[in-house]
Amino acid sequence: MTANIRKIATFMEETCAEMGRKIDPPTRRAAAVAVIENPYARQFVEDLSGLMTIGEELGELLTQRAVAALGIAGSAVESYGKAAAVGEDGEIEHAAAILHPKLGTPVRRVLGKGAALIPSSKKRGGPGVVLDIPLGHKDAAYVRSHFDGMEVRINDAPRANEIMVAIAVTDSGRPLARVGGLTKDQIKGEDGLR
Amino acid sequence: MPEVRVRKKVISVEEIFHEGGPVARKPLRRAAALAVIRNPYAGAYFEQIEGFMDDLKPLGLEMARSLVAVLGGDPQVVEGYGKGAIIGSAGEIEHGALWHVPGGYAMREVLGGAKAIVASTKKVGGPGTRLDVPITHINASYVRSHFDAMEVGIGDAPRADEILLALVMTTGARVHARVGGLKASEIKGEDGLR
Repeated sequence: MTANIRKIATFMEETCAEMGRKIDPPTRRAAAVAVIENPYARQFVEDLSGLMTIGEELGELLTQRAVAALGIAGSAVESYGKAAAVGEDGEIEHAAAILHPKLGTPVRRVLGKGAALIPSSKKRGGPGVVLDIPLGHKDAAYVRSHFDGMEVRINDAPRANEIMVAIAVTDSGRPLARVGGLTKDQIKGEDGLR
Repeated sequence: MPEVRVRKKVISVEEIFHEGGPVARKPLRRAAALAVIRNPYAGAYFEQIEGFMDDLKPLGLEMARSLVAVLGGDPQVVEGYGKGAIIGSAGEIEHGALWHVPGGYAMREVLGGAKAIVASTKKVGGPGTRLDVPITHINASYVRSHFDAMEVGIGDAPRADEILLALVMTTGARVHARVGGLKASEIKGEDGLR
């Protein structure tokens, strides 16, 4: 099964200052969001493998789009996250089928690495629903400066029979991060945690 | 003259393939450039504010150029535009009006002297406020297929002492435009209207 894509949106955000302090270079993050038809809307389907295949397709497409929006090499990405919102005629399990079984492999292929779990969130909602995509360092989940979240939304999605799928990547942590913890220069990058 | 202090910039692009009807041969693309700046007049009434329009001109040009760049770099592909502003709660609607000249003329200049008035909207609001930026054809305001709007906003902006400035460009008509009226192919393009 391949995705019937109605729309793809990308968002690139650059923070140049915070509390009057210059951020130099600016912290940057990008998200790519696809709005697709939910092939299983309004029915219970036991086998969700079609959506898993769609997850694999979108994992590659959306990661490429988000990395392109940052204008950097995939290997320069520091943190990542994923999220999905299912329209009202679908179930939360549809989001799980897209996000969890097969989406990660192509994401890591585009980025070259990605030892850490890709943090995720999912929900059901109507058009304009807000997705808060959780962000964590791609090679070491405990890097405290990179815990973050990126809000995205599209006013006309998801319609009742649609699913919104989002992938976010960054080239940096939070602006002015200063709450300690594991720092990125201490990463071993073997177990995905530290 | 107050300095223009940018806290954050956002670029978003939507690529629309269909909306339930036939898949477009060339997807419609709509891009928005947003900048969050400090409002130099927040918190008090200032009689003289006009000078800030000149200060905003370089930012307007930078935003207009970034829109053309994100749409592929060729100004010829741009067919629709619009602009808007959200003023944080310690400012007044009149501060948003400062964007008309630097925002509008920047786009017309970058697009090689577009003829039509740049449609606009503005309001006072808090962080996360959404703005429906109106869009019309760049050379003839009456082209019915190009009447559109793009919703924009940023989760953490504008703060009370900030202004969120927006410019929008599109590459064509609504994806399934079919309600008649003046067509883009019938434009005389002399008066900016027809």
